Amino acid sequence: MSDTARRPEVLVIDYGVGNHTSVCNALERLKYSYAVSSDTKDIKDAPAYILPGVGAFKEAMQNLRGRNIIEVLREEVIGKKKPLLGICLGMQVLAEDSTEDGLHTGLGFIPGHVVLIPHENVRVPHVGWNTLTIQKSDPLFVAVSTDARFYFDHSYHFATDEKYRAATTQYGGEITAAVQHGAVYGVQFHPEKSQTSGLRLLRSFMKNTKK
Amino acid sequence: MLSKRIIASIILKDGIVVQSVGFKHYLPIGSPEIAVEFLDAWGADEIVVLDICASRENRTMDGELLSRLATKSMVPLTVGGGINSVEMIRQLIRKGADKVVINRAAIDNPGLIAEAAKIFGNQCITVSIDAKEIEKGRYEVFVDSGQVGTGRDPVEVAQSSTAQGAGEILIRSINRDGSKKGFDRELIRSVSEAVDVPVVAAGGCGNPQHIADAFREGHADAVAVGNFFNFTEHSVTVTKAFLEPHFPIRLDTYATYEHAALGGDGRLEKQSDVVLEGLRFEYHPKEII
Repeated sequence: MSDTARRPEVLVIDYGVGNHTSVCNALERLKYSYAVSSDTKDIKDAPAYILPGVGAFKEAMQNLRGRNIIEVLREEVIGKKKPLLGICLGMQVLAEDSTEDGLHTGLGFIPGHVVLIPHENVRVPHVGWNTLTIQKSDPLFVAVSTDARFYFDHSYHFATDEKYRAATTQYGGEITAAVQHGAVYGVQFHPEKSQTSGLRLLRSFMKNTKK
Repeated sequence: MLSKRIIASIILKDGIVVQSVGFKHYLPIGSPEIAVEFLDAWGADEIVVLDICASRENRTMDGELLSRLATKSMVPLTVGGGINSVEMIRQLIRKGADKVVINRAAIDNPGLIAEAAKIFGNQCITVSIDAKEIEKGRYEVFVDSGQVGTGRDPVEVAQSSTAQGAGEILIRSINRDGSKKGFDRELIRSVSEAVDVPVVAAGGCGNPQHIADAFREGHADAVAVGNFFNFTEHSVTVTKAFLEPHFPIRLDTYATYEHAALGGDGRLEKQSDVVLEGLRFEYHPKEII
């Protein structure tokens, strides 16, 4: 259970479209203390963040705006360099914008655009366990083997400059699997649903928040 | 490279896991919590849980049960049964579902697919189609656990569902369900050639060779296997060991099966006494994350 007496080690941001339950279950297995909230004060107090997400980009951004937490997040993550891990849609909203269901502005924490996976010769959505090519092992991938598979489930991907990419995967071409820039991290796959490899990645993120 | 998915399918009736045979007979197996825990530990790539009573009782899967199942599963959990509103989907996701399965509503209210895909994204919406071969090579979609014919063709339903925004099609043969005769490859191929979203084959798996056939001849991207996994020891791991030389498959276990022979029915054969003797004193550490 999350320990209410202790200050949580990470805040899982609940913005109404997430599957934060799965993320919490994974944190519980790893015995990290966490809290779930979208409250401004909780965000200011937290040492690190996980931004989960299952859903559509437009709805996600509307919900983040509706909860008035974009500026406080920007201040804590970009200003104070508190680590944030975006997962799946939570990674995509870190981009400048997305073309999912019209053009919508994102948080802009990492330069890049969310676009439909090119599907001349593959089925979209990209669903299932795929291998990665890791460009930046430290900190997210230090504990996983190079042939580890992670669970993906998405139709859009984060097109960004290679200097922001931590890992890529092959699906009808090269697509971004993980990003990192300053204290901002994001993974397109679901570590909370990728069994041992996923738990190792989450542990590496959490360890890194304490440096 | 993307691996072929080996999905474990759990059918729930009155809160317990059952074996379904031809959508007519249901034999009790046991607790869903234990089934999920084991299938996760054995390395299933995904777990689909379908509550076949929900639709009739005008509800969806019990949220408390789903929460308990979700804590046991570190692989994606796909949930279905009685879903007929966006609100139900929202509740299921909050309780730990990663994807949802729409069955009857895809026929009665296809607008729900579009509405749900707009909110949750199409990758979250699987449409399941139960098809019965009514004469040689002609199929009809049935709803209400295979009881009610709709007069519609599965290929046409698959196409119209993906046009609405379904991100995946699960196609199940009613004739083959629980038969152990293998997947209906013609049915699966007709659907997988007609849509450009992933297609999951279901109904009839009796041994790992059937899965290979569904991939090779049915062009399926994944298979959903129920009874065979529930009733066969080491089922998921052994199946994966059998398939791995021929297809991209996720292996994430200490068990290698390199000394083990697989029989014609895909079950493990007894190892030689020398190998077994050696195993007695081997140290098997628990994985450290």
